[in-house]
Amino acid sequence: MSSEAKPTRGAPVKSTNLHIGEIKPGVAKVDPIIVADNVTRTFGGLTAVDVEHVEVPRNAITALIGPNGAGKTTLFNLLTGFDKPDTGSWVFDGTALAGIPSFKVSRMGQVRTFQLTKALNLLSVLDNMKLGAKGQKGENMFRALLPWTWRAQEEQIEAKAIELLSRFKLDTKAEDYAASLSGGQRKLLEMARALMSDPQLVMLDEPMAGVNPALTQSLLDHILDLKTQGMTVLFVEHDMQMVRHIADWVIVMAEGKIVAEGPPEAVMANPAVIDAYLGSHHDQDLGATEEENVVAMKELLDADDES
Amino acid sequence: MVDFWQIIQNAAIELISPTTAAYALAALGLAIHFGYTGLINFGQAGFMAIGAYGYAISTLTLGFPVWASVLVGIGASVVFALILGIPTLRLRADYLAIVTIAAAEILRLIFTTNTLEAVTGSADGLSGYKGGFAALNPIPPGNYGFGPFEYNAYDWFLRIVAWTIVIIAALLAWQLMRSPWGRVIKGIREDEDAVRALGKNVYFYKMQSLILGGVFGTLGGMIFILPRAVVPANYATTLTFFIYTILLLGGAATILGPIIGSMIFWVLLSAVSGFVARAQAAGWFPGMSSVQAGQTRFIIVGIVLMLLVIFRPQGIFGNKKELAFVK
Repeated sequence: MSSEAKPTRGAPVKSTNLHIGEIKPGVAKVDPIIVADNVTRTFGGLTAVDVEHVEVPRNAITALIGPNGAGKTTLFNLLTGFDKPDTGSWVFDGTALAGIPSFKVSRMGQVRTFQLTKALNLLSVLDNMKLGAKGQKGENMFRALLPWTWRAQEEQIEAKAIELLSRFKLDTKAEDYAASLSGGQRKLLEMARALMSDPQLVMLDEPMAGVNPALTQSLLDHILDLKTQGMTVLFVEHDMQMVRHIADWVIVMAEGKIVAEGPPEAVMANPAVIDAYLGSHHDQDLGATEEENVVAMKELLDADDES
Repeated sequence: MVDFWQIIQNAAIELISPTTAAYALAALGLAIHFGYTGLINFGQAGFMAIGAYGYAISTLTLGFPVWASVLVGIGASVVFALILGIPTLRLRADYLAIVTIAAAEILRLIFTTNTLEAVTGSADGLSGYKGGFAALNPIPPGNYGFGPFEYNAYDWFLRIVAWTIVIIAALLAWQLMRSPWGRVIKGIREDEDAVRALGKNVYFYKMQSLILGGVFGTLGGMIFILPRAVVPANYATTLTFFIYTILLLGGAATILGPIIGSMIFWVLLSAVSGFVARAQAAGWFPGMSSVQAGQTRFIIVGIVLMLLVIFRPQGIFGNKKELAFVK
C-alpha cells in the first residue's frame, strides 16, 4: 500500500446528539423526519414487522441493520407505500403517510431504491435519469402533443441529468441502454435517478450489495454527499464496516422488532445486538478493535483510489 | 399455366387496400399497448368489433350521421377499455391478457346471439350503413387510377380517408412516444415498480395507454367494415393473432413497423394464396384439392412468420441493439 503520496481521506463528519434522553429502542429524536407507531405486517402466520415506535433523525445517515429475515426490506416497503401494513401509522415530515400509494409518497420527497436494482433496461441511461424528475409538464398525455409547452423544462431536466451523471461518473454512458451497465453502475444509476427528484429522504435498500470494491468508495462518498446537501438517508446494509464508517445512527431489527439503536460504535458493542444479529461469528468482523477497523477501512479506500 | 403477372397485380392491390389500413391501425394500437407499455392485450379484435358495431348500429338503428356514429364507436371503446382496465391494471400483466381475450369473445358472442337480432343482425351481421359515408365523397363519379390501382370514386375516397387516418394516428403516436409521456410509458414496460418509486401514477398511465391503443383499434374496426359487411365471425381471436403477427413482423416498439408490417402481411397473403390456387389449378400439386389449396396460404405464411420471429425477433424496424439485452 503506497498511501503516503495521496492525502488520506478525512473520516466523515458524524452527526451527534440526535436523540433525546436515554438510548433505548424507540428513543425520541431531536428532529425526526419519520415517526412510526405500532406498524405490523404479517404474512400468514409470520410476523415480518412489528415495530412499536421508531423515529428516524433528519439530515443524518441512519443505517437499518439486522439478520436476514429481520423485516428490514418489509419495513422499507411499508414506509414507501409498496406494501400495506396490518396496523400502524407513520408520519413523514409532518404528513401522515399510512395508506398513501407509493407514487404519492415519492412525490412528497421520500424516494427509495431497490435491493434488486431496477434499471429500466431498454431506456438509455439519460432517459432513466430524466424519468426521475418531478412535475414534468410533458408527462401529461395532451401536453405531450404540444412539444413547445415542455421543451424548455425538458432542457433543464437534461442539463440536471447530465450534471448528476458526471458526478456519478456515468456521463460517458448517457446514450447507452441501461442494460449495458454493470451491476455496480446500475446501483449508481438508480441512486442518481432517485436524486433527480430532489428528495428530502433517500431510502437505499442495500446500496452496496454486489458492488465491486472499486465502486464502493464512490458510492460511500455519494451517500455522505447527500447528507452535506441537506438530505436524510436511511439505508439497509449488511456491510458492517460501511455502516460503522458512514452511519450517524444505527437501528437494529431482529424478527420484525427493533431490538436496539444508537450511534454505530455503541450499537455494535451492545450484547443484545451481538446476540441477535451477529450470533457466534461476531468476532470475525466486529471483534476487531476500533483502530484495526479504521486501518482496514483506510487500506480499502486507498486501494480503491489507486485502481 | 400460372399467370404470375396477375398474381403480382392482385398482391399489389393489397398494398393500399382499406383492409390493410384497418389492420395497420389496429396493429399500431397494439404497438402502444404491447410494444411500448408492455400491456398484453389479447382482445384487440374486441376493440375492432366495438368500432364496427358501434358505427353500424348507430347509423342503422339510431339513424346517426357519420360523425356521431364515429363518436359513439370511440366512446364505447373508451368504456370497454375502462371496464377491462379498472380491475386488471393493478394486477400482473398476465391477468390483462386473460381478461381481454375473454372479453373480446364475450363481445363477439353477444353480437352473435339471436336475442339481439333486431339490433345486431345476429350471425348474418349488418349491412347498408355506407350511405352516409359515401355521401361525403367529394370525388366526382367515375373510374380513376392506373394498372391494378384503378377504382371508382367510392373506393378512392375510402382509401384516401383510411390512409389519412393511419398517417394521423402514426404521427400522433410518434409524437407521444418521443415526449416525456412516452418515456414514462416505456419505463412502465421495463419495470413498473421503479417508475412508481419515481413518483409516477403507473395505473393512470397504463389506463391512458389502454384507452389510446383501444381507440386506434376501434378506428381500424370502422375502416374494416367500409368495404364489406359487419359479420361477427370476423372478430374471432384469430383476428387478434393476425394483428400480433403484423406487429411482430414490423417491430413491436416501432411506429412504422405496424404499418409496413400490415402491407407486407397482406401482400404476402395475397401472393401466396394467388400462387397456390393457380398452381393447384394448373396441376402443380398432384393430390391437392382446391379447398386444401385455399388453406395452404395460412400454413405458408405461418412458416414464413415463424422464420422471421426466429431469425429477426425485433421485427423489420426494430432496433437490433435491443436484442443484446433481451432477458
